[in-house]
Amino acid sequence: MSRSSDTEAAPRAPAGEPERSTTAPALRPTEFLRWTWRQLTSMRTALILLFLLAVAAIPGSLIPQTRVDPSAVFAFKDRHPQLTPLFERIGMFEVYSSVWFSAIYLLLMLSLVGCIIPRLRVYVKAFGARPPHAPRNLARLSAYESWATDESPRQVAERARVLLTRQRRRVDVHDSDGSAVVSAEKGYLREAGNLLFHLAVLVVLVGVALTGLYGFKGKAAVISGDGFSNTLIQYDDFTPGARFNPSDLAPFTFTVDDFHVKWKRNGAGAGTPLTFDADLSVTDRPGDPVHPYHLQVNHPLVVDGTSVFLIGHGYAPKVTVRDGDGKVAFSGPVIFLPQDGSFVSYGVVKAPDAAPQQLGFEGYFFPTASLCGGAPCSTFPDADNPVLSLIGYRGDLGLDGPQSVYVLDKDKLKPFTTPGGRPRALLLREGERVSLGKGQGTISFDGYDRFVQLSISRQPGKIVPLVGVLAAIVGLLGSLFVRPRRTWVRAITVDGRTVVEVAALDRVTGGDPAAHVDVVAAALRTQGHDTSEDRKDGRQ
Amino acid sequence: MTETFAHLSNNAMYSATIVYALAMLAHVAEWALARDLAGAPVLAQQRPALVPASAAEDAPFTARAQPPTGAGETEDSDEAIERSDRYGRIGLSLTVLGLLIHTAGVLTRGLAADRVPWGSMYEFAITGSLAVSAAYVVLVRRYSIRWLGLLVTGFLVTVLGLAVIVLYRPVGPLVPALHSYWLVIHVSAAAIAGGAFTIGALASVLYLLRNRLEVKAAARPDLPRRGFLWRTPPATTIDRVAYRVHAFAFPLWTFAVLAGAIWAEYAWGRFWGWDPKEVWAFITWVAYAAYLHARATAGWQGRAAAYVALLGFATFIFNFVGINMFGSGLHAYSGM
Ligand code: HEM
Repeated sequence: MSRSSDTEAAPRAPAGEPERSTTAPALRPTEFLRWTWRQLTSMRTALILLFLLAVAAIPGSLIPQTRVDPSAVFAFKDRHPQLTPLFERIGMFEVYSSVWFSAIYLLLMLSLVGCIIPRLRVYVKAFGARPPHAPRNLARLSAYESWATDESPRQVAERARVLLTRQRRRVDVHDSDGSAVVSAEKGYLREAGNLLFHLAVLVVLVGVALTGLYGFKGKAAVISGDGFSNTLIQYDDFTPGARFNPSDLAPFTFTVDDFHVKWKRNGAGAGTPLTFDADLSVTDRPGDPVHPYHLQVNHPLVVDGTSVFLIGHGYAPKVTVRDGDGKVAFSGPVIFLPQDGSFVSYGVVKAPDAAPQQLGFEGYFFPTASLCGGAPCSTFPDADNPVLSLIGYRGDLGLDGPQSVYVLDKDKLKPFTTPGGRPRALLLREGERVSLGKGQGTISFDGYDRFVQLSISRQPGKIVPLVGVLAAIVGLLGSLFVRPRRTWVRAITVDGRTVVEVAALDRVTGGDPAAHVDVVAAALRTQGHDTSEDRKDGRQ
Repeated sequence: MTETFAHLSNNAMYSATIVYALAMLAHVAEWALARDLAGAPVLAQQRPALVPASAAEDAPFTARAQPPTGAGETEDSDEAIERSDRYGRIGLSLTVLGLLIHTAGVLTRGLAADRVPWGSMYEFAITGSLAVSAAYVVLVRRYSIRWLGLLVTGFLVTVLGLAVIVLYRPVGPLVPALHSYWLVIHVSAAAIAGGAFTIGALASVLYLLRNRLEVKAAARPDLPRRGFLWRTPPATTIDRVAYRVHAFAFPLWTFAVLAGAIWAEYAWGRFWGWDPKEVWAFITWVAYAAYLHARATAGWQGRAAAYVALLGFATFIFNFVGINMFGSGLHAYSGM
């Protein structure tokens, strides 16, 4: 309260005429700047910026985000062609790096700096300060008690000093003829805690930004049996920080020797994966010996500060495509991306070497295929009855430019059709082969491998935000649980008796100074030297 | 064994719901019987002897003797006061009984699943409401907040009723991403913070009610001051309780979010990915930071700050209900 009213009053101080200064035409530029700065660093602005930040964070949780789930963004754009251009322009698919979101938190940071620096200065100056003198009129304070006693002022003051010192307060005694005043204060650590907290928030924000700047994040899918070497081309998805240099990639390689997944087969929760893990053979640097690593969820492989996380898995059906000449145009496992918990997976097969025309396929893999209401579906995520359902295309795959392996560019492709002229669904069980049409070639489904979905990242200096958050919590505890309070005991001789006054003032809300005054008064009222804590309840 | 425990747990959860419902009825009776009673500090006598003397300085959130100044006050018979108060005591005893059964229900659920009982919406609901109930009972001892009894039991009956009837799922396995001791740290911190946030929100509601009453009474001093609300502590005292509970919950929530971030780093390779669940945890954090700020900002104290606290609670509940049910993202493992 007290501090806030200081802060609130600040913007008005220079102009002295708050109403007029809002309209500001008469202000010189420096005054205007100062006025703006005061506004920005006021408590009310901080509050409003906090609200704005909370509100600005909402859309990113409702609209799919490119950084979180790119395929959901594609699907959203598909469904909302009208909204998409607008959303793209205002950064709705990248809310947390959008201009407006950044603007809010940069303003908040600026406000934070502007708020901390002056307070830090005040705090340093006041370090080791003595408790303030008693106000002239203690009775005006709301927490106040007074009584008369036969002890001398000095005796009362001495007992008050002992009592308040024992309560770990800073105590000063001012003693003069016929009167004694004890001033006590505690809770200096509160401001320190509060400053530590706000500084730590800054450290976290800056730390996160720096980590992002020099680090990178990427995703790669590796088929069981295949290898991975840490170079850009091996990533499906790579997000470098602005200061990241690709030559900084640690030169490690590994092969995925084996992959295991166990499903819950029956009972409640059937179809949930129980565990999945992979056996890797890792080479840290070229020429180093190979060592094994058991990669599990929650147990990343760490090489030279780069971490490899197992975040998912899926199927890679093995297919062989023969062209019209009977030549093998493509053969091998192809990664199909799981679409949901039943592991119905979508994928694309491309056979650019097929003659006379290139061949392409697009469709779904059903691990335990079944019919659900007439449509094919998968009733279990494990491969109990694997079926591949594809639509074949011929023509030009459009591979001249860069292209995702998970997308078929159908601009110059024509589907194989049924006699009725509709695209023909090619249904293949494991081991089956179907013809695409006379002289057009064949495709066979030879079996399946599994692949692991890996998330690979490097976050240099990630310890900085961590330490920042811990410091923030420590500061917060000090800030919230230390309650600064000033206590005064005044004893004056009036008409031969001693009038004792006790009063207290809290510098923050949430405390109960009156109760404290009760306790102190009760202890001082009891004659003799029994000022111990267990007399606190005397007032009841 | 699993079957036995699962069965025990289900029975315990039904029983706890019923006992809480009875506690709620007792508190309804307490309020109803206080309809004609004048505002008086009866509740001040409830400070339990268990509060250590040194805590007394911190603890007196009881109504300090407040002269019944309204017009037409007459002495209420001790008997009438005692009747209302007796139902209050019965309500509290039943709540404690409910808490014991509730605890047994959550424990046996964990034993049945052979893991922490935090794998589905149903389990989150029974564990989260356990935290609310426990926080209330602890705070009744510490701050004598029995005046919150009706709101708390009402909340518990609603949540447990929904859990038992709508959200129930048989015991199932945890998905691999949840195999981590960070789950235990993260969720227990979040649950305790959530329990305290709930008590804080209910106290803020009561504060708003009582404050409106006081404002009205200030404008019309001739009106009689009768009824249960006049027998709760003054609005400033309720506000102070609300603040202290929030001030306890906020650092814990900060810690819960941090533990979540560390766990996310182990599981997915990033501390923070703006997944919907993370976004809303952040929004809740910012909202409560705004509440603490509002209390220190001129013009925002009192009712406005209480509304900000309720806003924070709404975001907390939305994260639990809205995002779990409709959301997607990595956290969508809640078995709905
Ligand atoms: C990232 C932005 C910020 C966050 C997350 C934040 C958070 C908090 C929290 C949680 C508290 C409660 C601790 C307490 O009551 O002592 C607090 C208190 C405080 N904050 Fe901030 N704050 C932020 C920015 C600012 C700014 C920009 C200012 C400057 C105007 C400011 C000034 C204060 C002051 C003066 C208090 C003490 C209030 C009191 O006396 O109770 N904060 N802040």
